[in-house]
Amino acid sequence: MYKLSKRLKILSLALIIIGATGWFSSYTSSHHLTLEDVKTMLAEEDTHHGGDHLSSHNESSHSEMIQLHQDDHDVSSHAKGEHHKSSHAEHVLHQMHNRPYAALYVAAFFFMMISLGVLAFYGIQYASQAGWSPVLFRVMEAITYYLLPGAIIVLGIAIWADKHLFIWMDPHVVAHDELIQGKSSWLNKKWFIIRGILFILGWSMYRFFSRKFSIAQDNSDINDNSYFKKNFKISAAFLVFYIYSESVMSWDWIMSLDPHWFSTLFGWYVFASMFVSGITVIALITIYLKTKGLMDFVNDSHLHDLAKFMFGISVFWAYLWFSQFMLIWYANIPEEVTYFITRIEDYKLPFFGMLVLNFIFPFLVLMNSDYKRVPWFIVMAGVVILFGHYLDVFNMIMPATVGDRWFIGVPELSAVLLFSGLFLLVVFYSLSKAPLLPKGNPFIKESKQFHY
Amino acid sequence: MKNNKVIHALYTDDDVLMAAVKVVKAENHYIEEVYTPFPVHGLDKAIGLEPTRIAIASFMYGCVGLTVAVLMMNYIMIEDWPQNIGGKPSFSFMENLPAFVPIMFELTVFFAAHLMVITFYLRSRMWPFKGAENPDPRTTDDHFLVEIPINENEKELKSLLTKTGAVELHVIEKNDN
Repeated sequence: MYKLSKRLKILSLALIIIGATGWFSSYTSSHHLTLEDVKTMLAEEDTHHGGDHLSSHNESSHSEMIQLHQDDHDVSSHAKGEHHKSSHAEHVLHQMHNRPYAALYVAAFFFMMISLGVLAFYGIQYASQAGWSPVLFRVMEAITYYLLPGAIIVLGIAIWADKHLFIWMDPHVVAHDELIQGKSSWLNKKWFIIRGILFILGWSMYRFFSRKFSIAQDNSDINDNSYFKKNFKISAAFLVFYIYSESVMSWDWIMSLDPHWFSTLFGWYVFASMFVSGITVIALITIYLKTKGLMDFVNDSHLHDLAKFMFGISVFWAYLWFSQFMLIWYANIPEEVTYFITRIEDYKLPFFGMLVLNFIFPFLVLMNSDYKRVPWFIVMAGVVILFGHYLDVFNMIMPATVGDRWFIGVPELSAVLLFSGLFLLVVFYSLSKAPLLPKGNPFIKESKQFHY
Repeated sequence: MKNNKVIHALYTDDDVLMAAVKVVKAENHYIEEVYTPFPVHGLDKAIGLEPTRIAIASFMYGCVGLTVAVLMMNYIMIEDWPQNIGGKPSFSFMENLPAFVPIMFELTVFFAAHLMVITFYLRSRMWPFKGAENPDPRTTDDHFLVEIPINENEKELKSLLTKTGAVELHVIEKNDN
C-alpha cells in the first residue's frame, strides 16, 4: 500500500504554485502589449536581421516547396505601403497575445494525452486478457485518474481561449473565409462543446466502472470472476468507442487549429504519440515505486516488456509521422503543404529535433535486449521520449497560434510545471487509495511469475 | 586416449525433458547436445548455452543495407541519371531524401533479415546437401534426445537417467573425426 508522502504533496503544490504564478505573469505582461510596442519591436528586428532575411530569400538552394512559400510570404509581409506594415504589426500582436493561451493548452493537452494513452493501453490489457500485465494495473488506474480533470481542463481552455487558439471561432474570420464556411456545420462552437463533453463522458464512464470492477474483483471470492468478465466486456466496448472518439478529438482539439488543413491519418498520429507517452509514464512510475520497495512483485521481465512497447511504439510513431509527411511533401498541394512549410521554416529545430528525440534516440538506446531490463536506461530513454512528445504537441499547436513568435520560455515552462504538479498530485493520490497488487485478478499468479 | 562413448537418453515429453536436464546439470554432468522436434522454451538456459549474438550481426547487416541503399539511390537518381519525378529537384540527395526513405527502410530490413537467416544456417552448420546430424529420426517427430559423454560412469548415469523418466537408453561409440 502506497501512502502519499508529505514531500510529494509539497513538491507538487510547489510546482503548481510556481507554474501558476509564472504563467499569470506572462499572461498579464502579454496583455499589456500595445500595437506601438510591437511596431517598435518589429522596427528593431528589421535593423538587426533585415539584411540576413532578404538575402536568404534569394538563395537558390532552397527547395521548390520552400520557394513556393516564399512567394507567398513576399506578398503578405513584404508588400510595400504603410497600411500593410501596420496590419502586419497587428498580426504579430495577436500572435504574442495568443502565446500564453497556446503554452497553457500545449501543456494541458500533453498531460491529458498521457492519461488517455494509458487508458487505451489498460483497455487493451483487459480486452486481450493479457497475462503479463495485471501487476501493473494499479499504476495504470492511477494514471487514468487524471483523465477526467485533465480533459475538462483542456476543453475548458479551448472554450475560454476561443479565437486566441481557434480562428474558426472568430466570426470575422469566418465571414471572409469560404473554406471555413464550408466546414461550419462541423466547426461551430456549440457542436464542438457537445462533442468534447460526449468524449469526456465516455472515457470517464469506462474508467469509473473499470476501476470499480477491478477493486470489486479484489474483494470477491476466489472462484468468482464475474467482475473480471464485466471488465473484459466493457473494455472491448470502450476500445471501439475510444478509437473513434480519439480520432475525432484529435481533429477537434488539434487539427482544427489549422482549419484549412487536413490529414486523414492525423488521429492515428496523435494516438501513437499518446500511446508511447502513456506507456513511458507507466514504466517511470513503476520503476519509482519499485525503488521504494513497494512493487517487489514487478520483475525485470515486466520492465522489459514495457521497454519493448516504448521501443516499438516509438518506431510506429516515426512511421506515421513519415507517412503523413511524405505524402504531403510529394503531392505538394498548396493547402496541404503549408502545414509543413511553416514548420520547416519557422520551427526547424523542434520539428527535426523531435525526430531525433522520439525516434533515433529510443531506437538506438532501447534496441539491445539487455538494456531494456536496466532501470536507468529505461528512465533515460523515457525522459527523452516524454520531452520529445511534448515537442510533438508543441509543433502541432504553436505554428497555428503564434506563428514564428515561438520560444520555450516562461509561459511554456510554467505551464508544464503547473500541469506536472497537478498530474503528480492526482496520480499519486489515486495510487494511495488501493493496494498496489490487484490480488483478485484471475491472471495475477501468471503475471507474478511472468519471465522471459 | 580420448573416450568417445556417449549415452543417448530418449524422452517423450518436453516437460519431463526439462526436468531431466535440470537434474543432470545439478549432478554436474556435461550435456553434449539435445535434439528436439520443436524449440523448447527455456532449454538453452537450462543446458547453459551462451546467449546468441545474432542480434549484433543483424544490426550490422542492417547498417550495411542502409549504406547500400544510400549509395545506390545517390548513384542512380542523382549522379548517373537525374530524373525529374513529380517536379522534385533531382540534383541534390538531401532535397530528395523523403522519396528515398522507403527504399532505405526496405533495404535495411532486407539485408538484416536475409543475411541473418543465412548466418543462422551457416552457424548451425546447415547448408545444401548436408546430411542430417540427429542420431535418431524420431527426434523429428515426437521424441527428445539428450546426448551425454561417458567418463567411466556409465552405470551411475544410466540409473540417474532412468530415474528422470527416460524411455530408452543407448550407449553409443561415436566415430566422428
